[in-house]
Amino acid sequence: MFELMMLLGIVLLQIDLSQIISLLYILFFVLFIFYGQRIQLQVTLREVESSLYKLKYIKDEGRRIAIETIKEIGKPQTEPTNRVDRFLEYFTISPQSLDPAGVVWKLEHILDVRDARFKDEVKLMAPAADETQANNLENTLEAAMALNYIYKVIRHYYLLGKKTLSLYVIMQLQMILPLVMREAEAYASALKAFAYGQPIGDGAGAMVAAKLMHGHQTRKLPKDCVVATVPIEGRTAYVIKAEGPGGNVGKIGDAIKTVIDENEGKIATIIMVDAALKLEGEEIGEVAEGVGTAIGGPGVDQFKIEESILKYRIPINAVIMKEDIGDAVSPMRKEIFDAVDNAIERIKHVILERTKEGDKVIIAGAGNTIGIGQ
Amino acid sequence: MGKASSSTATKISSFVLMIIFVTLALSLTVLIVALNAFFAEQEVFAGYLLLIGFLGVAFSTYLLFQTRRRILSLRIEVPQITTTIECRKCGFKSVREFQRGDYIFKEVEPCQKCNEKMLITAIYREVREKERVRFPF
Repeated sequence: MFELMMLLGIVLLQIDLSQIISLLYILFFVLFIFYGQRIQLQVTLREVESSLYKLKYIKDEGRRIAIETIKEIGKPQTEPTNRVDRFLEYFTISPQSLDPAGVVWKLEHILDVRDARFKDEVKLMAPAADETQANNLENTLEAAMALNYIYKVIRHYYLLGKKTLSLYVIMQLQMILPLVMREAEAYASALKAFAYGQPIGDGAGAMVAAKLMHGHQTRKLPKDCVVATVPIEGRTAYVIKAEGPGGNVGKIGDAIKTVIDENEGKIATIIMVDAALKLEGEEIGEVAEGVGTAIGGPGVDQFKIEESILKYRIPINAVIMKEDIGDAVSPMRKEIFDAVDNAIERIKHVILERTKEGDKVIIAGAGNTIGIGQ
Repeated sequence: MGKASSSTATKISSFVLMIIFVTLALSLTVLIVALNAFFAEQEVFAGYLLLIGFLGVAFSTYLLFQTRRRILSLRIEVPQITTTIECRKCGFKSVREFQRGDYIFKEVEPCQKCNEKMLITAIYREVREKERVRFPF
């Protein structure tokens, strides 16, 4: 071995070092002129590939957690794997909006059908689960479904870019990947939260409502919502939230409409409370105040609330608690939990400033009420 | 709770590990040969070998750390969730790890002090922020 190395050394010493460097320089120059873009493409593809590996891992974990939770809670008679795999592939086609008049009602109908279908599937998968557990399972499966979809879309563009060797397809994918990965990681942490029934960041609004209504008589409202009549600062507040503690967002729009109709429109103000996405640089749990319908989702509830308040010209205020996308679907952070008391103080200020004693107000806490009772 | 989940995807490929360790072994051999060459008064040759050896060691160590980093990044961390239980009568407070079935405003075991039913008043996770980069804006 030593002799061989020595021989190689003697050969190397015969060649002038500057000659080798010049040759290498020319070779690199030629290589980068003709294959520069190809090399860049391969490097970018490698980067996308490593993220895709991570997405695949997260997606598989989601599926595994969903199946394990169904087996643990639902005690199914048959193996639920095939049914879960089928569920993960479900899709929803949004209604045609070429003629936008009435599209909200069409969208609401489609969403109702989807919701009913999901509930039936969960019941078949997990017959032993009670209502709360079934709602949590539904949320777990939806998170697994979202992860499956993200993985498939990214894989589609990765393979398309690889097939066509299009730098532009691959580069666009690489540019949005950090944001996609953030979302996927958020859903990954949501999986366990949903499976265990822990409160999530999105439930900040529901938490505010729950704190306000706790200890007061509640009654059910359509659909999947509860309301309590709470005296606050000499006013009568109708506090509304989705019915907990199962994973549920309810139809706050319908609930608000019912309360307004019950009071024949004699509502001094509506205060919507919700978690909102923060901008980078803003503090988690920061509370802000404004006007408008603070509610997420596909827009059906926002539309209904806006229709109801327009009919009676009811002013609407909003209090939001700021958090990022990761915090919204993962177990509630302490900062967000602490912000709930600040939000309640803000609500009281709004009530004092915007209404008179004896007035009736509606306080609606929007968001997923998983892990939050009333 | 509080553990990281793992699966086959988080295992290091034995083939990759073999290549890394073979490269490391070869690089160490080259370093030994370089020492021998140095003692045989072949300084220039020993210099080349030292360079190759150190590059090999650096490359294989880098690959080893990268493989470990990739696996760590693949894990989904399950955060520690805290449940706070309070007695509404005497104000006694206790904090424990979250248990399946816990929810905010759930009535749980009786209070140790006054025997009144206690209530879950908070469920949250605490995040220890890494050293934050301060921006001037």
